[in-house]
Amino acid sequence: MPVTYLEAIRQGIWEEMERDPDVFLLGEDIAVYGGAFKITAGMLKRFGERRVIDTPLSESAIAGAAIGAALLGLRPVAEMQFADFISCAFDQIVNFAAKCRYRWGAAVPLVVRAPCGAGVHGGPFHSQSNEAWFVHTPGLKVVMPATAYDAKGLIKAAIRDNDPVIFFEHKALYRRIKQEIPPGDYTAPLGRAAVFRPGRDLSIITYGAMVWVAAEAAQALEREGVSAEIVDLRTLLPLDEETVLASVRKTSRALVLHEATLTGGVGGEIAARIAEKAFEHLDAPVVRIAAPDTPVPFSPPLEEAFLPNAALVAERARQLCGY
Amino acid sequence: MAAVKAVPLPPAEPQVEGTDPEADLAWRFLRYMFLMREVEERIERKLYRQGKIVGGVYSGRGQEAISVGAGLTASPDDVLFPCHRDLALYFIRGVHPRQVFAQYMGRVGGLTRGKDGNMHMGDMGRRLVAIISAIGAAVPVAAGAALALKYRGSPNIVYVFFGDGATSRGDWHEGVNLAAVLKLPLVLVCNNNQYAYSTPLERQMACANVADRGPAYGIPAEIVDGNDPFAVYRAVSRAAAHARQGGGPYLVECKTFRMSGHSAHDPADYVPKRLFEEWAAKDPILRTERLMLERGWADRRDVDELYASLRREIDEAVEWAEKSPFPDPSELTANVYQAS
Repeated sequence: MPVTYLEAIRQGIWEEMERDPDVFLLGEDIAVYGGAFKITAGMLKRFGERRVIDTPLSESAIAGAAIGAALLGLRPVAEMQFADFISCAFDQIVNFAAKCRYRWGAAVPLVVRAPCGAGVHGGPFHSQSNEAWFVHTPGLKVVMPATAYDAKGLIKAAIRDNDPVIFFEHKALYRRIKQEIPPGDYTAPLGRAAVFRPGRDLSIITYGAMVWVAAEAAQALEREGVSAEIVDLRTLLPLDEETVLASVRKTSRALVLHEATLTGGVGGEIAARIAEKAFEHLDAPVVRIAAPDTPVPFSPPLEEAFLPNAALVAERARQLCGY
Repeated sequence: MAAVKAVPLPPAEPQVEGTDPEADLAWRFLRYMFLMREVEERIERKLYRQGKIVGGVYSGRGQEAISVGAGLTASPDDVLFPCHRDLALYFIRGVHPRQVFAQYMGRVGGLTRGKDGNMHMGDMGRRLVAIISAIGAAVPVAAGAALALKYRGSPNIVYVFFGDGATSRGDWHEGVNLAAVLKLPLVLVCNNNQYAYSTPLERQMACANVADRGPAYGIPAEIVDGNDPFAVYRAVSRAAAHARQGGGPYLVECKTFRMSGHSAHDPADYVPKRLFEEWAAKDPILRTERLMLERGWADRRDVDELYASLRREIDEAVEWAEKSPFPDPSELTANVYQAS
């Protein structure tokens, strides 16, 4: 039976809770209410209040408590109600969690879940794609699934991982993406990109909700005889450079796409690595598509203008192929 | 403030029949306070000036009664979150002065192998958690450690140490609140030395005492003379018993004074001289020594022998640390993540 992206994450957490008594959940409104997006619905009833903990409205305490519990060997899965609120927990994540292993050899096996992304008319504080803040922090792993298969496989791998993982879930995919996934236990590897769609003529390197925008563009291009390969990064830190470079060496054209704003975004890093390590394979300069350098606006026409769309991706892909 | 029942003073360790438990405790106080004082003096007044120390030096001079008095109430499996003026906690947990000197010199013999410096050291094997520079950040993490102990049904508790300045941070308040709401076994020990770097207490907060913050979170809080190891020991024992019995967090404010600058480079010109003189008379080591001599728990020769033996240990430890190599540059990229 096909499951949604949301249900896939829920299944993954549920199965890990069943599998390992050291896995527990904490966050705002996650227990009695089941979470703002209902990812944790039913878990209080199944696992009890010892393992599904409603906290005060207190992101720094949520992240800090997850770190302390992880230092003692538990595997906390902390929920930020919205990725936008993670800034309140920034010090805990980037200065405490990320640096313990390097500084004094202490493992911090935690997951911070962060529902991110625009397209749901959430406005400036319920729509951000702020993954790049954490990609600049060695010691963290930063994950963002695009598919239901990966949503389940990656959340399970993140929970089992012995380093701190920031797990970005795109809110616009929660109920929109529905796929058949294998029943029962499987994981998807952290630190590995996947070729979402094979192609010959150009590589679209992207992640998160933009994978589906790229797919829509690729279908349009296919009708015009242009074959686009889509690389879904899945993990942004550590970055799977090899899969990106292999694709670019094959197609000789690279389009880097993300929903996060342009300047200082992950796309700049990808473009730089392609320029450094696959320059001689390129037939054209690398193209970047990202949201403009603005806060995420509220009103639908503004938000639509903010978000990269398939028409724009197809148009820039045509230009790239005609270079 | 919630009423707190006094609990009897527990023996620090199994007593030899016939020995006075107070005398025994005094000896342990004196030993750890003097060791901490001497190690820090050696670092700040000798090695730092010889250019052998890498980076800053943060000493707990005059404040030794806090980490010693509080630390000796803990059982070995309790989790400690020391602050940067709590060196004695490391010695109580069996860290050797050699490792402390090597840590300050950036050598591989230090607890962080040169990856971090000075008091930023921890060892989960000894249940010691390393601070980050933002001291208040430790409080939510300590609450999480307490949550883990409660989760596992452990009889152990967590101690977190911080200064007056840390209590102005939002995460301090978030951590205390979370621990209070979830009734976590957490002992909060405040070293109120009246200065956070150059900022005096009255610029730090508008309430008179850090302990005044306890009732706002519905937790017991008390104030003790932070220069009296017995007073600290008794107050923290009450706090620990409260936490261990499931009563939730308990705040102990230890009033003391920072008998130095913020760190070795800081001459502390902003501190009125008379305060240093006033507090020098309350020095916890001199006080404990005097008490021991008065009560007949020690004579002068015993005390001098203790000091001499600790100084010999320190001489040897410095020598060891100076022989410890600097880390090889190849270690730069190791341990960012678990090795796969």
